[in-house]
Amino acid sequence: MKARLTTAVLASAFALGVTLAAPANAKVEGDTIILGSAISFTGKYSTNGIHAKNGYELGVKKINEAGGVTVGGKKYKLKVQYYDDESTPLRTAQLLERLVNQDGVKYFLGPYSSATTKAAAPIMEKYKVPMVEAEGASRSLFNKGYKYLFAVLSTSEQYLASSIELAAEIAEKNGKKASDVKIAMAFENDPFSLDVRAGVLEDAKKYGMQVIIDDKMPRDLNDISATLTKVKALKPDLLVLSGHSKGAATAARQIKELQIDTPMIAMTHCEAAKITSKFGEATNDILCPTQWAETLSYKDDLFGTAADYDKLFKATYEGYKNVPYQSAQATAAVQVWADAFERANSFDVEKVRDAIAATDMQTFYGGIKFSEAGNNVAKPMVLRQIQNGAYNVVAPSKWASHPVNWPRKAPTN
Amino acid sequence: MVLVAAPVFNVQLLLDGLFIGATFALAAYGLALVWGVMNVKNLAQGDFVIMGGYIAWWLGTQGIHPLWGLPIAIVVMFAFGWGIYVTIIRRVIDKDLFTSLLATFGLAIVIAQLLNLMFGPEVQTAESDFAIRQILGVVTVAEIKVLAFVLCGILALAVVIFMKKSRMGQAIRATAQDPRAARVMGIDTDKVYAFTFSLNAAICGAAGALISMIWVIQPFYGISYSIRSFVIVTAAGFGNLPGVIMAGLGLGVMENYSGFVLGAEFQQATVVGLLLLVLIWRQVQQRKLRQVVS
Repeated sequence: MKARLTTAVLASAFALGVTLAAPANAKVEGDTIILGSAISFTGKYSTNGIHAKNGYELGVKKINEAGGVTVGGKKYKLKVQYYDDESTPLRTAQLLERLVNQDGVKYFLGPYSSATTKAAAPIMEKYKVPMVEAEGASRSLFNKGYKYLFAVLSTSEQYLASSIELAAEIAEKNGKKASDVKIAMAFENDPFSLDVRAGVLEDAKKYGMQVIIDDKMPRDLNDISATLTKVKALKPDLLVLSGHSKGAATAARQIKELQIDTPMIAMTHCEAAKITSKFGEATNDILCPTQWAETLSYKDDLFGTAADYDKLFKATYEGYKNVPYQSAQATAAVQVWADAFERANSFDVEKVRDAIAATDMQTFYGGIKFSEAGNNVAKPMVLRQIQNGAYNVVAPSKWASHPVNWPRKAPTN
Repeated sequence: MVLVAAPVFNVQLLLDGLFIGATFALAAYGLALVWGVMNVKNLAQGDFVIMGGYIAWWLGTQGIHPLWGLPIAIVVMFAFGWGIYVTIIRRVIDKDLFTSLLATFGLAIVIAQLLNLMFGPEVQTAESDFAIRQILGVVTVAEIKVLAFVLCGILALAVVIFMKKSRMGQAIRATAQDPRAARVMGIDTDKVYAFTFSLNAAICGAAGALISMIWVIQPFYGISYSIRSFVIVTAAGFGNLPGVIMAGLGLGVMENYSGFVLGAEFQQATVVGLLLLVLIWRQVQQRKLRQVVS
C-alpha cells in the first residue's frame, strides 16, 4: 500500500516536472534548436514574405548539412517554426506571443516588413527574447532603445542617400557646385518611405542642395502624373522616388508616358516591381539602391561568394530569375544565429543575446556588426543602375563594377 | 506660379485629368444606377472596377490584346453581377441601409482577397503598346488615353440610349420611379433589379479594363474607386447623367491640379473637401426653398 502511494507520488511529481520543464525544452528539442518566426505567407506582403522564408530555409539547410551548430561540445540542428501573420502587424504580435507562451520558443527570426517588425519588437522586449530580423529597415525600429532586436540589413534612411552623394560627385565633375543641384522628391506617406526621405533630406542638407519638389504620395498610389508634370515644369537635376513596389511600377510607367527627361532618377524597389521587363528601355539609366547584389565580392566559408549563393539559391528554388536581396538577408540572419549560439556556447537566452550583440562576421551578404541600437553598421547600401536592362553596381565606387551613365537617356517614342 | 509662367502645363494637367475623369464618371454612373434604382449603396463598386482591370490584364498575359479585354470584361462582369445579385443582393435589397452597406463591404473584402490570392499583391499594368505623342513641345499624350476617353464616351452613350429606348431600360426607369406601381403594371421588378445590378457590374468592368491600360491596378486599390464614385454621385445626384459626367471629369481635373499645386498628399483630400463644399452649398440653396408648414 505504502509502496504504491510512493509510486503514485513519484509518478505525479515526475509528470509535474515534465510539464514544468516543457517550455524550457521546447526551444531545444533533442538535438534541434527551434527558431520561431511569424511571417507573411498571405496578404499584401506574401511575395516578399515567401522570398524571406526561402532565405531562412536555405540558411537552415546549409548550416545543417555542414554539421549544424556546436554548443557545449554537442552538435545541434536548426529548425524554424513558422506562423502566417497574414501581413497584419496585429497578427504578428499575437502569433509571437503564442510562440513564446504556448510553443516555448525563445529565439526568433523576423517577420517581413517594417510595419510587422514594429509590432514584433515590443513583444521581444516584454519576454526578453532576442530576434534577429532581416526585413524591417525602418530606422524607427532602432531609436527606441530596444535591447532584443537586431537587424542584418541597412536601415531605410540609407536607401537613397547614396544617390545624393553620386549627384554631388557628378556635379563637381561637370564643374558645378554640389549646392547647385536641385532635387525633386516624391515619397509615399508611410513609415518606411518617409524614413528614406529623411535620409535623403539629411544628405541634401549636408551638401546644401535645394529641394524644389517634396511630394508625399497617397497609399493607393496609382497616379503621380501631377507630381511628374511638376518635375517637367521645374526641371530638377535629380528625381528621387520611393513607394514600395507599387510606387516603383506607377512611377516607371508614368515616367515613360510623360517622357520625363531628368538627367538622374533614383527609386527604390525597381526589382521587386519588375520595371525592366514591364517598361523596357524607358527604364534605362534609372538608379536603384539594393541591400545586396550577387556581383559584390563579399564571401564566407559556408556559402562561398555572393555569386555562389546566387547559384545555389537558383538551384534550390525553382522559378527565380534573380535572387531577391530579401532572401539573401534572411539567410544571413540564420547565419547570425548559428554564429551566436556557438560563441555563447550555451542556450541561456541572455548569454545568446549578448553573443548576438557582439557579432562581428563576414558573410556572403556583407559584413555584420551591430550598433548599440541593433542595426547593422558593417554593410553599406549599394546603388545600381539599369543599363540595357541589366542591374550594374555603379556606387559606392569601392564596389562599383560599371561607370555610371549620366545624363540619363530620356525615354522617347 | 509655374502654371502662369508656362501655361502649356495647364494643357497637360487638363488632359490627364479629363482622360482619367472619364473612367471615374463611368464607374460612378453605374453606382448612380444601382443607388437610384435599387437604393443599394454598393461599397464593392471599386472592387468590381479592379476585377474588370484584372480580366483585361490577365488576357494581356495570355497574348490577347487588352483592348479585347474590354468586351470580355463587360460580359464576364455582367454574369458575375447576376450571380452576386442572386446570391447576396436579392436578400438585402429590402433590408435597411446598414445591412446592404455591410453586405457590399464584405463583398469588397472578399473580392480584394480573392484577387490577391489569384494574382498576387503586385501592381500590374496592361500594356496596350500604343504610341505616346508629343504636342505643344512638352505635353505628352498617350494614344491609349485618348482611345479610352473615346470608348468611355461611346459606352456612356450606349447606356443612355439603352435606358431611353429599350423595354428593359424603360422598365428600369419605371422601377426607379415607383417599384410598387411598376409591379402593378406587370413589371418583374426582381428581374429589373438583377439586370440593373449586372449592368452596373458590366460598366465597372469596362471602366476597370480601361484603367488597367492607362493606369495601374492592384487587388487593394478598389476602395479609392469606391470613394471617388461616391463623391461623384453624391455631388451630382443620381439620375442626373450629365451631372455625373461633369462631376467625374471635374474630379479628374481637380485631382491633377491639386496634386500639382498643393502636392500629391492633398490630391484626395481636395476631392473630399470639394464634396463637403458642394454639400454645404446645396444645403444653403435648399434652405431658401424650405418653408415653415403651419
